[in-house]
Amino acid sequence: MTEPILSMRRVGKTHGSGAQRVDALVSIDLDLMPGELVAVTGRSGSGKTTLLNMAGALDEPTTGEVIVAGQSLATMSKNELARIRRVAVGYVFQQFNLLPSLTAVENISLPLELDGMKPDEARKLAEKSLEEVEMAGMADRYPDQLSGGEQQRVAIARGLVGPRSVLLADEPTGALDEATSESILKLLRSRCDAGAAALMVTHEPAYAAWADRVVRLRDGRIEGISERTKTPLTTADLS
Amino acid sequence: MGLREGLLCILVRGDAHGYRLKSELESVTGDTWQVNIGQVYTTLQRLERDGLVESADSNADGRIVYKVTDRGHQEARQWLATPVDLAASGRDEISLKVLMAMVSGVSDPRRVVEKQRGATMTLLQDYTTLKADDFNDDLAWQLYLDRLILSAEAELRWLERVEARLDVMPPFEVTESHESEATDPEEVNR
Repeated sequence: MTEPILSMRRVGKTHGSGAQRVDALVSIDLDLMPGELVAVTGRSGSGKTTLLNMAGALDEPTTGEVIVAGQSLATMSKNELARIRRVAVGYVFQQFNLLPSLTAVENISLPLELDGMKPDEARKLAEKSLEEVEMAGMADRYPDQLSGGEQQRVAIARGLVGPRSVLLADEPTGALDEATSESILKLLRSRCDAGAAALMVTHEPAYAAWADRVVRLRDGRIEGISERTKTPLTTADLS
Repeated sequence: MGLREGLLCILVRGDAHGYRLKSELESVTGDTWQVNIGQVYTTLQRLERDGLVESADSNADGRIVYKVTDRGHQEARQWLATPVDLAASGRDEISLKVLMAMVSGVSDPRRVVEKQRGATMTLLQDYTTLKADDFNDDLAWQLYLDRLILSAEAELRWLERVEARLDVMPPFEVTESHESEATDPEEVNR
């Protein structure tokens, strides 16, 4: 059986103590399988972003553990954690966070070079990643020469470059219009269908619906999970 | 939509026998509407009785060919010109369940909302999967699918609003059932 690429085991996060104690997350169990797109929804303050930060080793859980590619983050040194953030998990935010003074391809290759990769090799991987998000022709453009949707495509290419296979996305369509949002979701869907895995926070039901599973958080707990029907509907089901 | 009006509209395009009417009706609705051939013939007989269609002689295959009358044409136009009265069809089972849970004490309305939201989200996920299928680009079908997606979204938004309102209310008292305490909660929510 396939192993999950990312697992959360009874993950909890508490801020403050005593009367000020706030349970941001309570005993979250969640697996992300290769090829899976999982959406996390819930009202503001329900713990969506906290969950994403735990999954990406940007924040430490108070209880429980996060396992990425078979290894518990709790047992890793600072250097190992930094490495996981560079080679295993990628991030996509509402604001695309591209460096304005670098071209699209450089935005993707620079972090690889900083990680010790040879410039030629880094550029090759970056170009391949851009091709996968249908941006091959715009490799040498600067962010201000790209539309919002194109910038987000570059950010997704950066998030899934080289060995990285897990994408953590926080409202990735937040700053985009409806048609562009849909094309970004279609892209995320196709990258997952090609084997990547993504955990995406969104408050829009229509966008969450692109996921295989939709996890709904309420007061830091999982209230429910909706799964796509395994056998897809056919037109006959709708009559 | 009524089969009656659907048949009239198809007949305005040209004379046809029952089976042909059935397949044309299914084809123009992107196969989202499966029609029973028995119903087609019963409806044609009623339309003939009301003077809205006429049956001509049977064709070479021995099938009876139908033709729309002026009155039938008029009726089809009248039907399309009349907006659907949503107020008359406003009673839906989901709102009824939520409202009944609030007044009856049989189930916690929050639980009803939560269950329904899960089911509607699954449906929305399935519709979205279908929509992403590029090979199915039939226009009638895509438009119908858009409508289903938008309705599911609207329902989810409404449930969200119900939940937000319920959250600021005191907890609901749920009356325990005297007979079947072991009732499957899945059954209760059906």
